[in-house]
Amino acid sequence: MATTLTPNTADVIAEAARPKPISLAQDIWRRFKRHRLALLGMIVLMVIVVGVIIGPWLWTVPINEIDFGARLKPPSAIHPFGTDDLGQDLLARMLYGGRISIAVGLAAMFIAIVVGTIVGAIAGMSRGFVDTALMWLTDLFLSLPQLPLLLLIIYLFRDTLKKIVGAEVGVFVMVVVVIGGFRWMPVARLVRAQFLSLREKEFVEAARALGASRTRQVARHILPNALGPVIVAGTIDVAAAIIAESTLSFLGLGFPPDIPTWGRMLFDAKDYLDIAPYWALFPGMLIFLTVLSINYIGDGLRDALDPRRVMG
Amino acid sequence: MTLSGTYVLRRVLIALPSLLGISLVLFTVLALAPGDPFGDIVSNPNIPAEVAANLRIKFGMDDPVMVRYFRWLFAMLHGDWGFSFASRIDVDTLILQRLPTTLLVVGSSQILALLIALPVGVYAATRPYSLFDQIANTLTFIGFSLPTFFTGLMLILVFSIQLDWLPFVYRSDITSTGWHFYWDHFKQTIMPVMVLALFQAASWTRYVRSAALDVVKLDYVTTARSKGLKERVVVLKHVVRNAMIPVVTLVALQVPAIFGGAIVTEQIFRVPGIGSLLISAILANDTPVIMAVTFVFSCLVISFNLLADILYAWLDPRIALG
Repeated sequence: MATTLTPNTADVIAEAARPKPISLAQDIWRRFKRHRLALLGMIVLMVIVVGVIIGPWLWTVPINEIDFGARLKPPSAIHPFGTDDLGQDLLARMLYGGRISIAVGLAAMFIAIVVGTIVGAIAGMSRGFVDTALMWLTDLFLSLPQLPLLLLIIYLFRDTLKKIVGAEVGVFVMVVVVIGGFRWMPVARLVRAQFLSLREKEFVEAARALGASRTRQVARHILPNALGPVIVAGTIDVAAAIIAESTLSFLGLGFPPDIPTWGRMLFDAKDYLDIAPYWALFPGMLIFLTVLSINYIGDGLRDALDPRRVMG
Repeated sequence: MTLSGTYVLRRVLIALPSLLGISLVLFTVLALAPGDPFGDIVSNPNIPAEVAANLRIKFGMDDPVMVRYFRWLFAMLHGDWGFSFASRIDVDTLILQRLPTTLLVVGSSQILALLIALPVGVYAATRPYSLFDQIANTLTFIGFSLPTFFTGLMLILVFSIQLDWLPFVYRSDITSTGWHFYWDHFKQTIMPVMVLALFQAASWTRYVRSAALDVVKLDYVTTARSKGLKERVVVLKHVVRNAMIPVVTLVALQVPAIFGGAIVTEQIFRVPGIGSLLISAILANDTPVIMAVTFVFSCLVISFNLLADILYAWLDPRIALG
């Protein structure tokens, strides 16, 4: 067989030797994967999220079936995670509660990111008075005693909201808005800092010289480059919001008793620690695992997106 | 090293608008709230309409918002915080009874957290990516992912129920005397303090580590080493002090979270501080107490921020000059 290379094969070899072009997303994924614990956290979180979403279809025991014959039973084949003081199945309640906890975390994060980005972007683009005023507001919010205020707001507005949109939706909306409303400040600061440096960069100047409007400069050139740290902050915010919601429920001031969020289950379980420790252990461990996974994912994303490189 | 009085005075003057801002936020929340938060008396059907109307005039409930705000602020600053519906005593007396306990628990937990975070963070930074650093890093991640209410329940489960070493309910009426009195107090304070300290230590260790890691690489540290200074002197005199500067800022940002944690801890261990007072007041619809406790928490946050600012200037004298 002849071993001479036809021009065609040479091209193919040259093509193979050249590094394959990879997209930004692939590049981020490649660097994210190097962080073992972040990858593990992502898998654990996926298992929890998928379990919580499809779990209630597979485990069809109702969450509020009261069975006094099965009070405070430790984990068994019929009740894998045991039962509470009313004989309600803990696995079913945890699956249902997980949906709420995770939904609250995501929704509150969304609010924090949107408000923070808007405030930070306005402050970063305007000079002088508006910037100073917005940053003063941000610093003021940072020094508010958040948990007492959260409790105060819930105490004052709980009943009215319940009357307007019903207990479940009312509490959900309020908890999400209040938690999100107290978590936008770090995002605003990050976005402003990014904007201050990016708006002076050559590529933005070039866009300006080409006649791009302010909105276009922000939307097409500055904002996409400022998103790295925001994504990291947003990830951590989900964990913080889940903890905040659980804290409220744990204090007995979050969701009503018939909605079993993880924090609420701990609140109910804390008086039975001596006879039914598993009742507190399972939801507590789930909160811990979820939060730990999210924090590790945030850490991995921080490495992968490397805010310092973006700030340059 | 010396701190000028003018700088301290300037920081105090800057803190005042924040206090005004916070009081404005508090009052807005109260004013926006549906119904009359103090309305129990006024809307009570047993009270005749004209008496209720007189009460409204007496409390100035129909005055313009600005007038009401300044009257409320003035009363708050005067220590005239009203009368607790539930406990039947003046709110300021009630809070003054409870405040020392909160300050004791929060204060000692912060000191403990600092005693853990400083050495661990600095040691990890001097040996980055070593086994010690990796273990410390994993533990800090676990530490700040564990919510305080869960740590509290776990400690109760292990040390009170399984081992029966420590009491899980905080008692303010300990009967023993002398040496035993202090010992009993110490025993019941351990768990609440530990819960708060572990959580704070976890976040602070990370801050200290990354701040120290930035400093260790600097030229003046290398110079100090090449002068032949002992490693201990290099770390303590050259690294730690400068690494503390960014840490102080981050700690100041955490102050609201510290008091939030105190509320949870006091509630779990039934510590009679202002945090548990807030929760019981909310459950009892005791509005004057709720408002006053929130106001006290705001003042505490601002004073601790002020303290951090002053500490910051002491650590980095350039700040006070700038």
